[in-house]
Amino acid sequence: MSETSKLKPGHIQGETGVWEMVIGLEIHAQVSSKSKLFSGASATFGAQANSNVSLVDAAMPGMLPVINEYCVEQAVKTGLALNAQINNISVFDRKNYFYADLPQGYQISQFTKPIVGEGEINIDVDDNNQTTIGIERLHLEQDAGKSLHDQHPSKSYIDLNRTGVALMEIVSKPDIRSPQEAGAYVKKIRSILRYVGSCDGNMEEGSLRADCNVSVRKAGEEFGTRCEIKNLNSIRFINQAIQAEAERQVEILESGGEINQETRLFDTSTGETRSMRSKEDAHDYRYFPDPDLLPLEFTDSFVQDIKDKLPELPDFVKKRLVNEYGITPYDASILVEEKDYVNFFEKAATGGDGKLTANWMISELFGALKKENLLLSNSPISPETLGELIGLISKGIISGKIAKDVFSEMMISSKKPSDIVKEKGLEQVSDDKEILKLVDKVIADNQDKVKDYLSGKDKLFGFFVGQVMKISQGKANPGLVNKMLKENLK
Amino acid sequence: MSDLLKYDLLGASEAIKSKEISSVELTNAYIEAIEKTSSLGAYLEIVKDKALEMAKVSDENISKGVSRPLEGLPIGVKDMFCTKDIKTTASSKILDNFYPTYESTVTQNLWNDGAVMLGKLSCDEFAMGSSNETAAKGNVINPWLKHKKMSPGGSSGGSAAAVAARSALAATGTDTGGSIRQPAAFCGITGLKPTYGRCSRWGIVAFSSSLDQAGPLTRTVSDAALMLNSMASYDKKDSTSANLDMPDLMSYLGNSIKGKKIGIPKEYTQDGISDDIVNFYQKSINWLKEAGAEIIPVSLPHTKYALPVYYIIAPAEASSNLARYDGVRFGQRKEASSLDDMYETTRGEGFGDEVKRRIMIGTYVLSSGYYDAYYLKAQKVRRLIKEDFENVFKKVDYILTPSTPTTSFELGKKQDPLTMYLNDIFTVPASLAGLPGISLPIGLDKLGLPIGIQLIANAFDEPGLISTAHVLEKSADFNFIADGAAK
Repeated sequence: MSETSKLKPGHIQGETGVWEMVIGLEIHAQVSSKSKLFSGASATFGAQANSNVSLVDAAMPGMLPVINEYCVEQAVKTGLALNAQINNISVFDRKNYFYADLPQGYQISQFTKPIVGEGEINIDVDDNNQTTIGIERLHLEQDAGKSLHDQHPSKSYIDLNRTGVALMEIVSKPDIRSPQEAGAYVKKIRSILRYVGSCDGNMEEGSLRADCNVSVRKAGEEFGTRCEIKNLNSIRFINQAIQAEAERQVEILESGGEINQETRLFDTSTGETRSMRSKEDAHDYRYFPDPDLLPLEFTDSFVQDIKDKLPELPDFVKKRLVNEYGITPYDASILVEEKDYVNFFEKAATGGDGKLTANWMISELFGALKKENLLLSNSPISPETLGELIGLISKGIISGKIAKDVFSEMMISSKKPSDIVKEKGLEQVSDDKEILKLVDKVIADNQDKVKDYLSGKDKLFGFFVGQVMKISQGKANPGLVNKMLKENLK
Repeated sequence: MSDLLKYDLLGASEAIKSKEISSVELTNAYIEAIEKTSSLGAYLEIVKDKALEMAKVSDENISKGVSRPLEGLPIGVKDMFCTKDIKTTASSKILDNFYPTYESTVTQNLWNDGAVMLGKLSCDEFAMGSSNETAAKGNVINPWLKHKKMSPGGSSGGSAAAVAARSALAATGTDTGGSIRQPAAFCGITGLKPTYGRCSRWGIVAFSSSLDQAGPLTRTVSDAALMLNSMASYDKKDSTSANLDMPDLMSYLGNSIKGKKIGIPKEYTQDGISDDIVNFYQKSINWLKEAGAEIIPVSLPHTKYALPVYYIIAPAEASSNLARYDGVRFGQRKEASSLDDMYETTRGEGFGDEVKRRIMIGTYVLSSGYYDAYYLKAQKVRRLIKEDFENVFKKVDYILTPSTPTTSFELGKKQDPLTMYLNDIFTVPASLAGLPGISLPIGLDKLGLPIGIQLIANAFDEPGLISTAHVLEKSADFNFIADGAAK
């Protein structure tokens, strides 16, 4: 094994020793709301440019924002799902800066008094690595519009459809220590958002994006200077960007340099980060409370009502799956990522072996779907047919090996597994006499090996099993084969 | 024809209802008056055809026996109010050629109640000023001592000048630190700034959101009551609008003020107030006493901080509110080779000096490193000023103060911004506290210029404010007409 492959994820081997990554994430999640945060305009994705723009969004003179109560409820709901403090009084502030796609000349956001305070979530990186990540805050803010610089040689075009759409910014504490943890964290946030229905979590359409704050340090030392990588819209890019940025920082520090606190962009084509603006060029946003809006004030009963209506959350479902089906916590964490997965799993596992179902879903079905570029909702294999297949295995009607062939056939034809087994005569042979015939034949054909085995070469037992399975075309019941070989090899 | 101009708003309303006069006749008289007094520069935009059309509808209503509260009464609108399809510039070059596609809530309320629109009235640019000299289209001349070219005050200078010159039966104004009350005082008319939240700010070009409030400028207290009845409303489109019913203010006219307690704040009788104003202030106190009110000396100890606080908070909010005038979507744009250059030239050429000054002050006080020392501190002191009033209103019903430290001054004479800011010294505290205030004319100074007196009431006590002002109005019996008024 090489030096580096022994390293823990999130550690970097430098000339001077091992460096550790310190990562904090700011996730921007678009609230699933029909209308915008402060105007009645539609928040639908993909409409014709500038068709979803109200007078308020375009910041016409004299126009005033009015809070969308639905968005407020979604933020509270999400805060509760993040086990976070709900602030009964919060304030909207103006973040002032000029840009062509920011009609007001300021973004309405929450600065000193966010709607949601500290919380925490559990993440599962793999079977042996579960940890808790702190949430610093969640606040509501307006999205900006879109500048299109590639439509005309000398002009920029502005699309204000996205202007004013409600975002929840979820800020983690700097508790994340590896790109893998960052990925698991984003996945967990995404599934929580989807469970409560406050955001569709669709990263391709940009309704979930992340800014990553990355620094490096030697174990036990103070935090280093951080850089912020803006606007990452896939878990893969988050992984790559963090790794690349941390490596860049280690290289600078080891050659005696200093990290400049700055905002950086991740170039997906080169896999590197590059500077966007330095701290010196950072805007002075001149935050102040928006005088057009009153502070948001909730009663305890308003929060309690939302709490009472919260759906089952991923952690709760995970615990239930582990208890009810005896599957591993890690498998459960993968299944609870999406409500779809859980529903599929529970249907498929009806009356069958839960652990086996989880294995088949995660390694076989997810793998096959990924290869075909299909979503679970479009799977040719239904929960019922997968359940039937698991049943065939656990009842000993087919072997695991045969089951894989049946599975492949099911992916293509969508046929029921029992029909495939019948058509192709794949039932497992469990008849003692049939198997004894095969065992006898293998023993007779391999007298020299029998001699070796009997003289102490125990390892040869596997060879005999293999031979019997081979001449049975995989259909012999492996348990019976084992038993009879042992009885007859004497 | 000129006889028609003698009616005040209430009188004209009664004359129209009794079919003594028609709205079209009255409106024509005012259109003629606008033309006769055009040298004052009060109007930026005259909508003659629209006015006559609206007047005709009113006359038809009257003939059908329908009459809305302001049926057929021709009024002017300060250029801060967005008016649908009618040029709205806030007296700024940057909004030259801006035609809103929407109507402000306040003006819509007026049209719904039957008022007839004459046109848009000049004001200081973005309502920033106390002399109407910052208007992009030039000065407005006060109709009093017209030959001397006195300032009508500001920022609602066009509104005040038009009402005083009888080229509008009444007008709308906006008041941020005194912009209704000070010009009303300078022009010898009545100006009422309601409680913050009484009138919707929706569709009014924003200057300082936490202070801006619309109100009427009229000839009499009754007229102010009649106008405000229609202007005020709860509006869901303005989150700071008060969800409170406004009682019918007309029913509070003629109420006795016997036993009411009037506070006289000692901080409002400092140096720098003209002798004539001091004399009339004393006269007003006596009139109220004679009417049975009890006079009580009170103290508003944080008054001296009001102007500095105002000149931090208002510019801070303005610097942000005016960011939208960037040349990207509406108004004037100066083409340039980069976005930043476009911003700089558009805003550099579009805004006048006073607006630029306030944007810079506002930007400064909100900057990191200065925020705590200026903006945050100012907010805290604003709270103290509000508490001053809350304490005093535990002891008294109304507060009486002069409206301004001096009467009008000659246009072009006050070059120093700080001296100019002192004009608002008596009006700013009530603005910071969000309280209703009314200025009404009580006499003339030695030169023959009008003197205003201000009454301040507790929040949402416009009814009591109207009753008390009405008593004072009767005692003062101010029946002078500006020499520059239409005849």
